[in-house]
Amino acid sequence: MLNERLRNLSVIDSLLWLLRAAIIVMVLWGTFVGLTSGRADGEGMGQFIQRCTTQTDVGTIQCMGKYSAETWRDFIIFGLAQGGIYALIALGYTLVYGVLFMINFAHGEVFMSGAYTAFFVANAFAKNGFLDSNPIVALGIVLLVSMVTSTIIAILLERIAYRPLRRAPRLVPLITAIGASYFLQYTFRGLYGSGKKVYPDPAILTGKWDIFGIPILKTQVVVFVSAMVLMVVLYWFVQKTKTGKAMRAVAEDKDVALLMGIDVDRVIVITFATGAAMAGAAGVLYGLLFKQVDFIMGFIPGIKAFTAAVLGGIGNIPGAMVGGLFLGVFESVGPSLFLEGLGVPAAYQLKDVIAFTMLVLVLIFRPSGILGETLSEKKA
Amino acid sequence: MKTQTFDFKSVLKTSLLAGGILIYLALVGLLTAFLDRDIIYKTLSLSFALVLINNFVFGYIAAQHNSEHKWGTAIGIGVILGIVSTAMLSVLVLISEPLNMREMFVNASPTLVKALTFENENIVQGLLPLVLMGTASSVLGAVTFVLPPLWRKVLLAALIAVLAIGTLEELVSDVVTNIFKLFGNKRAAKPALKFFFGRKGWSVNGAIIMFVAAAVGSYLWNWRGSVVKEKIGALPKTAQRNLRIGTLIFLFAVAIFLPNILGGYLSEILVTVAIFTLMGFGLNIVVGFAGLLDLGYVAFFAIGAYTMGVLTSTQLSQTTELVSFGWNFWAALPIAVGMAVLWGILLGVPVLRMRGDYLAIVTLGFGEIIRVLALSNFLQPKIGGAQGILGIAKPTIPWFGGAIVLKSSLELYYLVVVAAALAAFVSWRLRDSRAGRSWMAMREDEDVAEAMGINLIKTKLLAFATGAGFSGLAGAIFAAKLTSIYPHSFNLLISINVLSLIIVGGVGSLPGVVVGGLVLVGLPELLREFSEFRMLIFGALLVTMMLVKPEGFWPAATQKRELHAGDEVEPTPTPEAA
Repeated sequence: MLNERLRNLSVIDSLLWLLRAAIIVMVLWGTFVGLTSGRADGEGMGQFIQRCTTQTDVGTIQCMGKYSAETWRDFIIFGLAQGGIYALIALGYTLVYGVLFMINFAHGEVFMSGAYTAFFVANAFAKNGFLDSNPIVALGIVLLVSMVTSTIIAILLERIAYRPLRRAPRLVPLITAIGASYFLQYTFRGLYGSGKKVYPDPAILTGKWDIFGIPILKTQVVVFVSAMVLMVVLYWFVQKTKTGKAMRAVAEDKDVALLMGIDVDRVIVITFATGAAMAGAAGVLYGLLFKQVDFIMGFIPGIKAFTAAVLGGIGNIPGAMVGGLFLGVFESVGPSLFLEGLGVPAAYQLKDVIAFTMLVLVLIFRPSGILGETLSEKKA
Repeated sequence: MKTQTFDFKSVLKTSLLAGGILIYLALVGLLTAFLDRDIIYKTLSLSFALVLINNFVFGYIAAQHNSEHKWGTAIGIGVILGIVSTAMLSVLVLISEPLNMREMFVNASPTLVKALTFENENIVQGLLPLVLMGTASSVLGAVTFVLPPLWRKVLLAALIAVLAIGTLEELVSDVVTNIFKLFGNKRAAKPALKFFFGRKGWSVNGAIIMFVAAAVGSYLWNWRGSVVKEKIGALPKTAQRNLRIGTLIFLFAVAIFLPNILGGYLSEILVTVAIFTLMGFGLNIVVGFAGLLDLGYVAFFAIGAYTMGVLTSTQLSQTTELVSFGWNFWAALPIAVGMAVLWGILLGVPVLRMRGDYLAIVTLGFGEIIRVLALSNFLQPKIGGAQGILGIAKPTIPWFGGAIVLKSSLELYYLVVVAAALAAFVSWRLRDSRAGRSWMAMREDEDVAEAMGINLIKTKLLAFATGAGFSGLAGAIFAAKLTSIYPHSFNLLISINVLSLIIVGGVGSLPGVVVGGLVLVGLPELLREFSEFRMLIFGALLVTMMLVKPEGFWPAATQKRELHAGDEVEPTPTPEAA
């Protein structure tokens, strides 16, 4: 049986297997070298492992490569916070793809529009002191403004650019989406100017909280928790409400859904709006975490969120969450973990390469993603 | 359908839309950016022309929606539309200062108020001319719709001619001067130019004469054009062929003298257009013929450029750890193309199993990876990181012992055009060859193609390799043209530009690539001074194009059939139908 399998293995398959093996070896080797770079001169491997597993306080720094255990922990926590943002944006890609089988290339700009518009509200609140006197209400309003702006932009986008093209060949909506993406970027540049804007820092979110004895920056906690809460709400919305059921029906089969009396156009608009509201929320969280917004801020997070959606299995809502968190952590830990081990100078520059490489690898080796159902080649 | 009665609601809707767009134009900054840019010197600035064009177009649309061919109604529609839309803009002007809108919208500035009130101290009084002129323009638009078709065409052609030449006045005067120079009489150009043009844009006399001339020309063409066409059609076959050959020779002659006629700046644009067209031919093979959507095409452009850079740079040691190879352009060229082809195959292998959107995203990932790698310190010792590569050799042509260096764009033009023509020729010959037919079979249905005995792996890799080769060639020429390259030149925008140009031209169509290149690369370059708004216009153009004419300006025959057959057979189901 093994023999038969080997005979059927084509050249391409074996090349792909080689590629897979090479990458795994590279990552493992890099991690190994990176983590063991703290080994003292002349110390044997066995001694090193023994010293690291028994010693607790002083030895840890030398045992974790260049960084201390605390640093690694901070990397992971930061990764989770940014992963939460990716996941929120990824939901928009996943929802739309699930319903229309279309990559909404302009989703990153939907995210940007909310974050950028909400900045002005946040800034006004910071100036008149409302942000510090009533932080929860103020942040709530900022969040709402961002979500509403993003939703309006997404609904306009769907109505003007996508709806007339629903039955067109697939290349056409993709190009439209790319065009819309540039149009939105430069519209907001024209409206709000091209400079970077610094998000105000609410007093309530400065400093750290001790959670299970671990000090964590308050912003990161808030970002992560709000992302999780929003995702749970969305999941509930899609799984338990009547509208959510209609969405799933449309995703399953548009024509049959139409026969069942579902207003498909309305459901598609709701899908766009829901995804956009999540992206708008992600925009404010992004502003809180990275402190900066400008008119091209949507592009890179957009691509990464798409990666997260694909990673988790596109069209799959829990998949987007898992994919987002996974990508966030991987991106935050990866450069220091295995790229430095491989001797790459200034490894943080290659952060984006890790994300894109992961995207490429996932699409090559497991296009269905971590949690995704198997899509037939045709569908993809 | 209410076609007979006057539909007030629809007119109001169009008016609100027109007003909304006016406000958008104002807030995005288009109304303040071109105040100094006169179309008719000291009479009409481009900014104000935008208001008038907007109202004209919407007046026309509103009349069309009512589709009633009566003068009175049309004028009524125009008046309503003009007043509503300009009133909306006026409200913006009135509230922008009291509400301090500038905090948020950078363009709601005193400049905007001044511009729209014609610097009148009394704002309300100052807004009157805006309302009056806007209304006049929308009435004109609405009336244009009611005109008999011939007169409508003539009027539109004349208006467009005046606006277009007025906008590009500087370039037009340059070309006129150059034409006179070509005939050895540079001085004669001056008085004529002075009469027609002001310091910026048309002079009033020039505009009127141009308007009349364009109107007469258009009238003659619409009146007699079909007769001329018929006469040519009635000529015997040999005469027709001679005519075609004559036209070709004429075009060829024009192509040879083009750089001299156009002058430095326009030649520069032509070189850029030709480089993009060259890439367009390559991508057309991948996307148009083989149906493989590639968004990372810039990767091969970068590989070609960097290979050329590393091999020919004389200042390599400045930014990298390598010592100069010091090759000349022609020796490095095949290597650059070869590297691109090699990488085309290497990057093609992993994606052989992918289709559609997934392929697009993976290739996009490849493109970004190459750019980030080029920018990183990791590869800095080899290709210079963020500092790029300097001192790349210019192409030379050996000539009787010495050598001609192609340094200015006037001379590089010939090299690029030859390369693009070569790419066009290769694509044309490949299209109907065995390889071309297998590509198209694969594009239509991979499984059926495989069943017909087409080796998919070989066919796909051949498409990737050919496409990458053209892109590498373009990259090599690009590097030699600029003599220094930086990672920032190789961003996603190039891939998108090339893809857009073949789609706007018509996927799979060879003349379409040239048309797409002229429209999407040439036009924005002509509008260089619009820099801030180029991408805005580019995006809007892409969306509009896909909505209105998804098959492109010059579609290939099959593509056209497919897109139009779809329209008729499958009407989009509406909820009411259910």
